[in-house]
Amino acid sequence: MTGQPFRIAEGGRIDRAKPLTFTFDGRAYQGFQGDTLASALLANGVRVVGRSFKYHRPRGIVTAGSEEPNALVQLRAGGRTEPNTRATCIELFDGLSAESQNRWPSVDFDLHALTGLFSRFMPSGFYYKTFKWPAWMWMTYEKFIRHAAGMGRSPTVADPDRYDHRYGHCDVLIAGAGPAGLAAALAAGRTGARVIVADERCEPGGSLLDHAATQGGPSAPSAAADWIAQSVAELEAMPEVTLLRRCTVFGYYDHNMLGLLEQVADHQSQSQSKADPFQPRQRLWQVRAKQVVLATGAIERPIVFAGNDRPGVMLAAAARAYVNRYGVRPGNRAVVFTNNDSAYEAALDLAAAGVAVAAIVDCRAEGGALTETARAQGMDCLTGYAVVAAKGGKRVTGVTVMALAEDGDAGGKVTGGRRAIACDLVCVSGGWNPTVHLHSQSRGKVRFDDAIAAFVPGESFQAERSAGAARGTFATAACRAEGAAAGGEAARLAGFGDTPPPAPSGDEPRQAALAPAGAPLWSVPQAPGGHGKRFVDQQHDVTAEDVALAVREGYHSVEHLKRYTTLGMATDQGRTSNVIGLAILAQLLGKDIAAVGATTFRPPYTPVCLGAITGRETGRHFAPTRRSAMHPWHQARGARFVAAGMWLRPQFYARPNEAMMDAIHREAKHVRQHVGMVDVSTLGKIDIQGPDAAEFLNRVYINGFKKLETGRCRYGVMLREDGLVFDDGTVTRLSENRYLMTTTTAHAGPVMAHLEYHLQVTWPELKVHVVSVTEEWSAIAIAGPHSRAVLERVAGGIDMSNRAFPFMGFRQGAVAGVPGRVFRISFSGELAYEINVPADHGLFVWEAMMEAGGAFDIIPYGTEAMSILRTEKGHVVGGEIDGRTSADDLGFGRMMSQAKDFIGKHSARRPGLVDGHRQQLVGLTPTDRKTRIPRGARIVAEPIGQVPKSGAATPVGMIGAVTSQCYSPNLDTPIALALVERGRDRHGEILYAASPVAGITVPVTVRDPVFIDPQGERLRG
Amino acid sequence: MHLIKCPWCGERAEMEFTYGGDGTLTRPADPEAASDAEWTDYVYFRDNPRGPHEELWQHASGCRRWIKVRRNTLTHEILATGPADRPLEGNAS
Amino acid sequence: MTRYSIFSLVRNGFGGHRDWPEAWRSPDPKPEYDVVIIGGGGHGLATAYYLAKEHGVANVAVVEKDWLGGGNTGRNTTIVRSNYMIASNAHLYEKSMKLWEGLSQDLNYNVMFSQRGVLNLAHSDPQLDAFARRGNSMRLNGIDAELLDRDQVEAMVPLLDCSDDARYPVMGGLLQRRGGTARHDAVAWGYARGADSRGVDIIQQCEVTGIRRDGGRVTGVETSRGFIGAKKIGIAVAGHTGHVAAMAGLRLPIESHVLQAMVSEPVKPVLDTVVTSGAAHCYISQTDKGDLVFGGDLDGWNTYAQRGNFPIIEHVTAAVLTLFPAFSRLRLMRAWGGVVDMTMDGSPIIAKLPVEGLFLNGGWCYGGFKATPGSGWVFAHTIAQNRPHDLNAAFTLERFGQGRTIDEKGAGPVPGAH
Repeated sequence: MTGQPFRIAEGGRIDRAKPLTFTFDGRAYQGFQGDTLASALLANGVRVVGRSFKYHRPRGIVTAGSEEPNALVQLRAGGRTEPNTRATCIELFDGLSAESQNRWPSVDFDLHALTGLFSRFMPSGFYYKTFKWPAWMWMTYEKFIRHAAGMGRSPTVADPDRYDHRYGHCDVLIAGAGPAGLAAALAAGRTGARVIVADERCEPGGSLLDHAATQGGPSAPSAAADWIAQSVAELEAMPEVTLLRRCTVFGYYDHNMLGLLEQVADHQSQSQSKADPFQPRQRLWQVRAKQVVLATGAIERPIVFAGNDRPGVMLAAAARAYVNRYGVRPGNRAVVFTNNDSAYEAALDLAAAGVAVAAIVDCRAEGGALTETARAQGMDCLTGYAVVAAKGGKRVTGVTVMALAEDGDAGGKVTGGRRAIACDLVCVSGGWNPTVHLHSQSRGKVRFDDAIAAFVPGESFQAERSAGAARGTFATAACRAEGAAAGGEAARLAGFGDTPPPAPSGDEPRQAALAPAGAPLWSVPQAPGGHGKRFVDQQHDVTAEDVALAVREGYHSVEHLKRYTTLGMATDQGRTSNVIGLAILAQLLGKDIAAVGATTFRPPYTPVCLGAITGRETGRHFAPTRRSAMHPWHQARGARFVAAGMWLRPQFYARPNEAMMDAIHREAKHVRQHVGMVDVSTLGKIDIQGPDAAEFLNRVYINGFKKLETGRCRYGVMLREDGLVFDDGTVTRLSENRYLMTTTTAHAGPVMAHLEYHLQVTWPELKVHVVSVTEEWSAIAIAGPHSRAVLERVAGGIDMSNRAFPFMGFRQGAVAGVPGRVFRISFSGELAYEINVPADHGLFVWEAMMEAGGAFDIIPYGTEAMSILRTEKGHVVGGEIDGRTSADDLGFGRMMSQAKDFIGKHSARRPGLVDGHRQQLVGLTPTDRKTRIPRGARIVAEPIGQVPKSGAATPVGMIGAVTSQCYSPNLDTPIALALVERGRDRHGEILYAASPVAGITVPVTVRDPVFIDPQGERLRG
Repeated sequence: MHLIKCPWCGERAEMEFTYGGDGTLTRPADPEAASDAEWTDYVYFRDNPRGPHEELWQHASGCRRWIKVRRNTLTHEILATGPADRPLEGNAS
Repeated sequence: MTRYSIFSLVRNGFGGHRDWPEAWRSPDPKPEYDVVIIGGGGHGLATAYYLAKEHGVANVAVVEKDWLGGGNTGRNTTIVRSNYMIASNAHLYEKSMKLWEGLSQDLNYNVMFSQRGVLNLAHSDPQLDAFARRGNSMRLNGIDAELLDRDQVEAMVPLLDCSDDARYPVMGGLLQRRGGTARHDAVAWGYARGADSRGVDIIQQCEVTGIRRDGGRVTGVETSRGFIGAKKIGIAVAGHTGHVAAMAGLRLPIESHVLQAMVSEPVKPVLDTVVTSGAAHCYISQTDKGDLVFGGDLDGWNTYAQRGNFPIIEHVTAAVLTLFPAFSRLRLMRAWGGVVDMTMDGSPIIAKLPVEGLFLNGGWCYGGFKATPGSGWVFAHTIAQNRPHDLNAAFTLERFGQGRTIDEKGAGPVPGAH
């Protein structure tokens, strides 16, 4: 462990009484409570913290905020590791461990940096021009490219942390709690409006926190610090105000819905987090705000010059933050390079903190408002000069300065002799960009303001307004006044009374105009003979020369520039580089920046953890799981479950040591020979009532329903309006004006919506109500020759005789003492009944029936056996009703009523649905009666040989497809259902079921799809 | 996320609704008499305007009513909502 | 045209890259062209390229309202595949696949076509049936396909949750090894450069405001830069097809919807294949830069705005993490939306329209990017020959009325459901 050689003895918002230990690249260091990882690294003299994306150049810390392009680290380890984390945003905690990224073997000695030697052959877009021959080599080239790129490493195990979601509704949402945001919150909060104010930093105050005057302490009472403290105290005392720290407003969506990410526990060590077991790592808020105030501040931008990426080159405001807020000297000897006044404040603060200011290089010929102040303090102010190059490797060792020519164009022209100035810190300020991201995301317009050479918010589209630095107002007093006005206005528009703006405080921190004077200097040209790289986008290694190349090659639009050079596409999304790139583009094209146009700001403002976006509804909880009332019984009997949509259904019930297929075949056989029960609670059930119910059913089914008598069931087929089959099921007339419709499990929801649509939109005049009752009833199907006998034991009140209760009949009555409904319908083709009882009693009735069936050797059966039974009977399900088949294809042609209209009727007679090439439902058996017909096989007319993985050399014509297949234990042969072109005319023909993916082709005989009991004697018996 | 005013339930979030497409379609009163062209138009063809669009939504996780919504497809502004079985108030343009 | 190669790159490297010419000109429109293509995206530029290259029709203008490649070409998730079941789809997309396989060389522009495989995950038995059926169809149609079991899937995609108690247990997958990804912008730029060098005028910042007709045939387009005469007009304006067709008085079986896509921050390689899951509704791959790119369902309502809303981002991200729990701590870097024209059967329309001289290439739903070369190739043929190629003969406007829809998903006339 080393000391903190760059720590200032006193001052700042750190707690020197709370030392914290952390490691970076395996080495232990010490920092203090209140540090960020960046400030702690600087305090310890660590300058190189990462490597750049393309050239692997050593990179240091550039900013003190979320706009950081360079200082990205791999934070924590194991399941909690987190790549590309900005060191400037990581609050230090005890035991923190971080590693540098994108380097091998170490950040100080990175072999990948050798690519830098070839950088002259790797301008932007070089990969579009090469790696083309030979074609097959691209995959190899690509492998190397992929491994060199990519920055940090993904975790490889599931995330142990938890994320919460919260929905918020407020009158006024305020993004940012700097001077403008706090003033807005006070103004809005005092009206009684419900206010949420969120700030990405760990404490409110915004840029004021970085100023020397805010630091206070016993020796220097501070009005600014007091104002912040009083404002926060007042806000926290207001019951309707929520002040969120470490909370970034990241997205502005339609209808004033905003996304917020609250980093609840990221600043804590593992042991601290564990103290509260209910605390999530992060919390994502979705807030619907009546009105929004954007007080998001401004971001300083750099100036481009050769070697501007060397560690030690830093934004001036960042340097100021490090000395004032964190008590760290980012260097010992600084050169300040600026095109505006704000950097002078940094210079003065640096000097006060004991950093030697070697020179202030101000590109403005006359300097600015603070130039004389600086000179009075003995600083060397070089006005009309520019830094043309920074020297040094892993840290800056000095700069070269040249005069700017009077006749230089907007891009500047350097002239005269060179002056070298030794330094280990270069503080740069190229002006300030208001943070207009959220305004732009909300669909607000932005315009370029020449006075401050930056984009500012234009016309709003949604209920939002910007205040303070976010709209280009930089003086603190003015920010507070604007914030108060904006907060008051927002509250008033949300329905809360006017408040007078708070009186401005008399003791304002010093805040000079931040705007660059005149045409700003965006980038300094190379000195004659100079060749250092001039970076625009540091993370992606995009240089001014790259921008020029893109323009030369015709990539003139902003979007082309971005995409061709990758400018602004890195994790910082060009926060400090986009506008500069745009300015260089405008200069090269000879246009105004406003004419070149801004790129679109897209959410999120800063990257958002995927886990937080997801919340808890992931993994097992991604979608609900539905279970029937009998689920515990199935579970206790060893059922294996299978998903059917959201439902879990018993697939089969294996006996001890019984193989899966044996169990399935046993169950299927047992039902036909004895009796079995299957849980069919998942089928959709819709209660239909009203005087026009019969008419309605008549219109939605292809077959007639007007003559269905009370106490009778009918099978029905429904089409979509395009004439293809939608669903099938049964309808039972329960009483005069009441029907019960069943649907397939898969279509329960869609059928319900379909019925509601036609009742409410197409035929609102029909007096019918529909309600889904799927969940209200448990449904049990009992099938097999003994099913009647079993039922007689539990439903003694119902006359079960064939005459009294025929096939497709319906009776109400007690089943095991529970009032229920009994339907004599059959999916299996056996004598069968379906029993519905209120869901609460489902398990009881199931158990009672199982017990009553004991004498008849009753068994439960699962979906696999059910599927075999229905396939043997030729009933169609999802494989056949696949949204492409017509009623006639499936053999329901004759069911289509000629006497009435119904949904889909007109469409069903279009030529494509009736021509002779339609594929029709048939049954198949293998000619050898042994070989299983492969799943998903295609039907071909001629035998074919092996088809390689790469596909047939010449396409093979297909005349059909297998839609369902199984081994039939009752017929002792494999069987299948298939759709085959003109299939009904082909009964008896031999065709071929070809499955190249399974490597097999099976000769099959075409036949009728009903394999068992075609006359229906069993089910009517 | 859209905020849609259900005529029965008030303003509710988009996620409570499902979308039903063009709300100006009328199923030909006598499908048998409708020409194939009219029928095809009803089933398949849409105005798909840029700007105000009259459309159907179902308050599926609420009252389950189908409702009519006039919404601008360029800006996502909701201009009017009302019951599905009668014309929306105001003009489409 | 300066040929791009390692040699020209090195030569220019020594010269400070000062001699690279413009990749395409910025000409003023001529008074009249043989063909005007509306829409300077991948499909429009490819059409112009193949008109010049395959049919000798070089008096062609591509007019683009904004900047070339700025629509869906630059907004998609870059997946290329031809894993279709229905024959007409299979043959069209396979033609496209074959063109992809030689595209970088043909265009002399590296489009970074990466045949890393497209893997569809099966989570249920019926899905395995459907995948077997599709895989069999592909193989018999001359397209590569393999059915993988769970172990094979797990070996290929180690970070995928293949546990038994996963919400959507992985039961296998359908793999097309020749599928993969390509660099979307490069496709537009490569075609633009290729077309330009063959004499095609690419006119950017030129918005078509009307289609002029003389009787039953087209005579040209009204644009923000004046009238441009044209003997034939091809529409290739994904997302805005309905709007442009309306200029010629046509209604279409299309709704415009927004499809969102998103990328994470870049990480070192963790996913070498394109993975899709129908059950969870998402698809994901990793770019050469290291970003994870993913997408899922439509937001689900008509829109022409290139912006979606948060619930879909939430849903798609949840789907990705359900399949890949290890990605939870990565961060979403950017999300955006593209306007897609969804047809009533989920398949495109590439056809002559009822107005003489007017041709339509649109309705690509989710899948336009992969079709770019094939779409341009058949559309060029259709325009040049005044009749469709066999490969696009089925993709007519009339198919809807005739009941001959090409509905791969079987979802019916609900555009948002495809």
